[in-house]
Amino acid sequence: MPHLALFFHKKAGMLTYIIRRTLYMLPLLLIVSLISFTLVKIMPGDFLTLARLDPQVTEETLQQQIERFGLDKPFLFQYWSWLKNILLHGDFGFSFVTKMPVYKTLFLGNKLQWTIFIALSTLILQYLFAIPIGIYSATHQYKPSDHIVTFFGFLGLSIPNFFFALVLLWILVVLFKVGNHGLSVGGVMDLKYYTMGWSWAKIVNIMWHMWPVWVVIGTSGMAGLIRLMRGNLLDTLSLPYVQTARAKGLTERVVVYKHAVRNAINPLVTILGLSLPNLVAGSIVTAIVLNLPTVGRSYFSALQRQDENVVMAGLLFFSLFLLLGNLLADFLLAWVDPRIRYD
Amino acid sequence: MARLSRRKRKAQEAQLAEQGYISRSQAQMIWQAFRRHRVGNVGTLIVILFFVAAVLAQFIGPYHYSEQFRRHSYSPPSTIHWRDDDGSLSRPYVYNTERTIVDYRGVFAEDTSKKYYLQFFVSGGSEHNLFGFINTTVHLFSARAEDGTEAPVFLFGTDKLGRDLFTRCLVGSWVSLAVGPLVILISFPLGILLGGVSGYYGGGVDMFIQRACEVMLAIPGLPILMAMGAALRGFGLSAMMVFLGVILALAIISWGGLARIIRGQVLAIREMDFVTAARAAGATDLRIVIRHIIPNVTSYLVVSATLTIPGMMLTEAALSFLGYGIQEPMTSWGQLLSVATNIGSMELYPWVLIPGAFIVVAVLAFNFMGDALRDAVDPYSIV
Repeated sequence: MPHLALFFHKKAGMLTYIIRRTLYMLPLLLIVSLISFTLVKIMPGDFLTLARLDPQVTEETLQQQIERFGLDKPFLFQYWSWLKNILLHGDFGFSFVTKMPVYKTLFLGNKLQWTIFIALSTLILQYLFAIPIGIYSATHQYKPSDHIVTFFGFLGLSIPNFFFALVLLWILVVLFKVGNHGLSVGGVMDLKYYTMGWSWAKIVNIMWHMWPVWVVIGTSGMAGLIRLMRGNLLDTLSLPYVQTARAKGLTERVVVYKHAVRNAINPLVTILGLSLPNLVAGSIVTAIVLNLPTVGRSYFSALQRQDENVVMAGLLFFSLFLLLGNLLADFLLAWVDPRIRYD
Repeated sequence: MARLSRRKRKAQEAQLAEQGYISRSQAQMIWQAFRRHRVGNVGTLIVILFFVAAVLAQFIGPYHYSEQFRRHSYSPPSTIHWRDDDGSLSRPYVYNTERTIVDYRGVFAEDTSKKYYLQFFVSGGSEHNLFGFINTTVHLFSARAEDGTEAPVFLFGTDKLGRDLFTRCLVGSWVSLAVGPLVILISFPLGILLGGVSGYYGGGVDMFIQRACEVMLAIPGLPILMAMGAALRGFGLSAMMVFLGVILALAIISWGGLARIIRGQVLAIREMDFVTAARAAGATDLRIVIRHIIPNVTSYLVVSATLTIPGMMLTEAALSFLGYGIQEPMTSWGQLLSVATNIGSMELYPWVLIPGAFIVVAVLAFNFMGDALRDAVDPYSIV
């Protein structure tokens, strides 16, 4: 635990800072809500365009919806009634496609949990790999192995997620014909497991389905982390206190891991908060290709069917995640860096 | 200090060289550091090659990019033969292919009765406009038999409508390569101006611009771009307008981060002694910004631009792949990949994945170029 005593010492200042930052998210979310509302409203056609063609939807329901959302009213009035429903009742409206409340449509089938699980597990794996690789790269600066690591990092960065996912799908299904071995690709588990309770076989199955996801999403952010770790460690290793440690006769291993790495790792902890929303938004395309049950995918299908309310709520959801990530980054920075004060 | 004339500087350098000193300008030092980064040099070379290929796309590609070979829908890449029937080496040739339906799918069989030899720099193909002003029918290659008849050559196969994927990859690079620079052309002036004003003047303007930046940074990039793409698509605009719309959308959501960084840099430079000195000497705000502050952020801007381009290419590819970016009849690498949405078509027509390789190589090359530039312009790196 870095500087725990100091952290508690300035906790009081921290707390007000965090509260202030959290409250500050509200006006930002409000503006984002206005932007997403405007964007969705300027899209030609609305959800009633599809509903009017649907013989199951009666004229009465149509009128109800028009009145409920004030679709015949001016723009700002519509925005206000949409916002009022959210603020007062937590009601994001109904999806016209699924005929369920918006939050249910967005999160149906544990989508929220899966989204967070995929983002968090990818994040953890990224750090588990990036930190040792970065350290290795820094301690072997300009050696062939350093160049190889850098190259593969950049390669991961340069492959579009969706293309990587397509190629992996193709390799697994067409080249290795995993289907012949009873293995399916895409989704987070075989269909039969969705309704089953937790068992060892289910976990193994999930792991099988998850590894392409981890590889595809994980590699896209690895290069940045590796470079950050490498750069910081190189900077730290050139500082006088590291020289002192060496002069004391400490082994290189102790110098690197106990003295240098501990300080060099701070910025990586900080950007943890920034990576999380990137992973959530960045996984949208991968989720579509690999058919993962994430919020990103329900956002995509809502967009395709002009499911206005769901699209607006989806945009707000991603924005909220982004802001929470920034908040987390600030919090982590205060935690790991004793020099930052918040009075 | 007055600037030395070129002649005087040369003389001074010669004098120093006699004494065993070598003087190097900043540009020379950056160039030397850049040359040292081997992978970066290869990347730069590839980037240049991509641009050359894009300019010559309609000449290198044997057909017009929207020419449809109805009888060659989803034709696999043509096999180029190097050996004659008796096994001896021969000029490269192809056979004409004939499509037959086996098990409900098209299968192409070679008609080995006639050989079509590859010929280079031959006229008589589709007309195109080289460099924008030379009307010509000359293409890099085509396949012809001795009697002058032609057979189609599809180096990368064809798509559903029987359009040559090789030509389309080359033509698709127009959009894919243009997106990054065009976005930068809009977002950089915006970010520099707003960030610069914010940092230099401070106060209420700074406050207002910073709040605007925060809003921009609170907007989730890809989801909002998808929504913008959906709006653009819904309006039934022409492909060109959609392309410009995508560029505008990318520029609008990407200036926030740059403005923040420029503001930070300007804040730091503003307090430097040389700026105070310039102000004391009576320099106007405009002069201070142009002569003293901008030169200090240029290297950062150049590097940032080079590293923004690949990011924009990836975003454009993802958007077009999802159908919210470039629309037909225009094409880009991401748009070409949009047919590969299900495993069935990838299994039957694996060559539709080829455009992805273009994205990977181009983005990788840009990243390496930017990486080398970053190392080169860093004054603290030891050369």
